[in-house]
Amino acid sequence: MAPLLALDGVTKIYGRGEAAVAALAGIDLEIAAGEFVALMGPSGSGKSTCLNILGCLDVPTAGEYRFRGVAVSRLDRDQLALLRRHYLGFVFQGFNLLPRTSALENVELPLVYRGVGGRERRRRARAALAAVGLEGRERHTPAQLSGGQQQRVAIARALVTDPAVVLADEPTGNVDSARAHELMALLVGLNRERGITIVMVTHEADMAAYAGRVLTFHDGTIVGDERQAPQGAAA
Amino acid sequence: MIVWNAVQQTLRQVRRNPMRSALTTLGILIGVAAVIAMIALGRGAAARVNQDLAGLGQNLLFVVPGTPGQGGPGAAASVRSLDVADAAAIAREVDGLAGVAPLVSRGGVAVYGGASWRTSITGSSGDYLTVLKWKLARGRAFSEAELRVGAPVCVLGHTVHRELFGAVDPVGATIRVGSVSFRVVGVFAAKGSSSFGQDQDDFIYVPLATHQRRITGSREVAMIFLSAADPDASGRIKTDVEAVMRTQRRLQPTDTPDFFVRDMKEAASMVGSITSVLTSLLAAIAAISLVVGGIGIMNIMLVAVSERTREIGIRLAIGARGRDVLAQFLIEAIALAALGGIAGITLGLGLSLVATSQLGLPLEIDAVLVLLPFGFSAAVGVIFGFFPARKAARMNPIDALRRE
Ligand SMILES: Nc1ncnc2c1ncn2[C@@H]1O[C@H](COP(=O)(O)OP(=O)(O)OP(=O)(O)O)[C@@H](O)[C@H]1O
Ligand SMILES: [Mg+2]
Repeated sequence: MAPLLALDGVTKIYGRGEAAVAALAGIDLEIAAGEFVALMGPSGSGKSTCLNILGCLDVPTAGEYRFRGVAVSRLDRDQLALLRRHYLGFVFQGFNLLPRTSALENVELPLVYRGVGGRERRRRARAALAAVGLEGRERHTPAQLSGGQQQRVAIARALVTDPAVVLADEPTGNVDSARAHELMALLVGLNRERGITIVMVTHEADMAAYAGRVLTFHDGTIVGDERQAPQGAAA
Repeated sequence: MIVWNAVQQTLRQVRRNPMRSALTTLGILIGVAAVIAMIALGRGAAARVNQDLAGLGQNLLFVVPGTPGQGGPGAAASVRSLDVADAAAIAREVDGLAGVAPLVSRGGVAVYGGASWRTSITGSSGDYLTVLKWKLARGRAFSEAELRVGAPVCVLGHTVHRELFGAVDPVGATIRVGSVSFRVVGVFAAKGSSSFGQDQDDFIYVPLATHQRRITGSREVAMIFLSAADPDASGRIKTDVEAVMRTQRRLQPTDTPDFFVRDMKEAASMVGSITSVLTSLLAAIAAISLVVGGIGIMNIMLVAVSERTREIGIRLAIGARGRDVLAQFLIEAIALAALGGIAGITLGLGLSLVATSQLGLPLEIDAVLVLLPFGFSAAVGVIFGFFPARKAARMNPIDALRRE
C-alpha cells in the first residue's frame, strides 16, 4: 500500500536568477498513516516550506508529491481545495485567524465548507475549543485573546474536522511550557486514539520528544531521520 | 447549501465591517437618490410646461411685435408696437377665427377699504375669456355696451379677490386703482401657478377701451391673441394674419416683417427646447453624483482588498474552493448594492415627491429612471467587489496568506 504522504525529489525555489533561493533542495520523504513526525532544524532550513507543500498550500518547483498514492500535481485547484477540506488540518506559524471574528466562528469555518449544519457545527466547534482549554472564550475575537490562546484557537480549527492529517507549524511557539505540554498531550491523544497522522514543526527538543519520528532539516535537505520511542501522554 | 452558507458568511462579514458596508451602501444610495430626484424634477418641469401649453389649446395663435434675429419676439424696445386697429383688421379680414383678444397690461395697486394689493391690470376685448380659456367663478363678463364705451368695470383674478376681499363676495363692490374706480362685476375661477411659478390668477381684467382711456392713454397693445375655430386651420390662419399685418404696417414684399405670428406648436417647441436644456443640465448633475458615488464604492472596495486577500487565503487553506469564496463575495457585493439601491430609490422617490409637490410639478417616474442608476451603482459595487476577490481566489493559498 502507498504511504499516506510521499515526497519524491521535491524542490522549492523562491525567486529567479541570482536571487534564487532553494528553500527545499530535493527532498525524499515517506510518512505512513498514523505516524507522529516532528520536523526540526535551524531557522530558514525549509521546514515551513516543506509543511506548506505537504498541506497543499504551495506547489513544488520540481519533484512529485503523492497523497495516498495520488500525484498532487495532477489535481486542479478545486480538487486541491477538496483534498484540504476533507483530509487536512493546518495550524499556521502565524495563526491566521479571521480578524474581528469570534473564536467559535473561526473554529466553525472549516465545517461550513464541509456542509455541516449550524447546530452540529457549533456543537463540534465548542467541543474543539474545550479540548484546547478555551471554554468560556467562544465569543472572544482574536484581538481579545493572548498569543497562546490564539494559537489554541488555530489548533482547535485544525482539529474540528477530524482530519486524516494535522500539519502544525510550531503549534507551541507562543505558549508557556505547561500549556505546551498540555497541547502535546492533546496531539498525542489524537494520534493514538483517532489515528490522526501528525506532522509538526518545532524548535524544541522537549516537544519533539512526543513524536515517534524526528526529521532534521538543514539548508533545504533532510539530514537526519530518526525513529524514537515517543514520550508518554503524561503532562 | 453553498448559497445559504455564503449568505451566512456575508451577513457575518457585513456585521464585522460595519463601516465599510455602510460606506459602500451610502455611495450607492446617494448616487441613485440624486439621479432619480434630479431627473424626476426635470421631467416634471417639462411635463408641466407641456400641460400648460396644452391647456391653452391647439387653436391658440398670437401676434407680437419684433424682428427676427433680434433676440426673438418682443426683444427690442424700438420696434413698432401693435395697436387696436391691427386687431380690428385681423378680426375683419381673416376667416375662421373664433376670437380676437388684443392685450395690454400695466402694474398698479388696487385698493378696497383698508386692503391694498399690487397686481397687474389687463385690458382686453370680450373674446379674452374664450381665447385664453378663463371661466367665471362669480358674477358676469362685460356687456357689449361696457366694452364699447369703456365702462369702469372689472373682473378680478382669484388672487386679487382673496387679497382684497377675503371670503366676502366682491360682485357689486367698487375698487380703486390709482385715481380710477372700478365696479367689480365678476371673479375668475383659479388657474393656479404657471410652469414658471408665476401666479396666473394675480390680475384684474378690464375692458380694453377702459384700459386705454384711463390707464395707458394710448392705442397700443402688447400682443394680440387669436383663436382658430378649427385647430387644423391654424397654418392657413397664420399666413392670412401675416398678410393682414403686412398691409397694416405697410411693409413692402421685400421687407423683413417687424412682427411675429406664432401658433402653439411653435411655442411648444420653443419652450420644449428650453426645458430639455434644463432637463439635461439636471441629468448631468445627477450623473456626476452617480460617478462620485461610484468612485467612493470603488475606493472602499479596493482598500479592502489587502485585508480580503488574507481572508481569502485563510478560507482557501481550510478547504474553500475558489468558487465558494467568490459566491460569498459576490453575494456580499450584491446585498450591499441592493440595500443601497433600495434605500436610494426610496429616498430618491421621496425627494422627487416632496420637490415636485413643492414646486407644483407633476411627478413623472418610470421604471427606466429607477432601474438605470440602480443598475449602474450595483454594477460598480459588484465589479469592484468581485474582481479583486476573483484575483485573490485564483492565487495559491500560501501566496494569498503572505500578502500584507
Ligand atoms: N515567499 C518566499 N519568498 C522568498 N523566499 C522565501 C519565501 N518563503 C521562504 N523563503 C526562504 O526559504 C527558506 C526556507 O524558509 P522556511 O520558511 O521554510 O524556513 P523555516 O525552516 O520554516 O524557518 P523558521 O524556523 O524560521 O520558521 C528561507 O531561506 C526563506 O528565506
Ligand atoms: Mg517556519
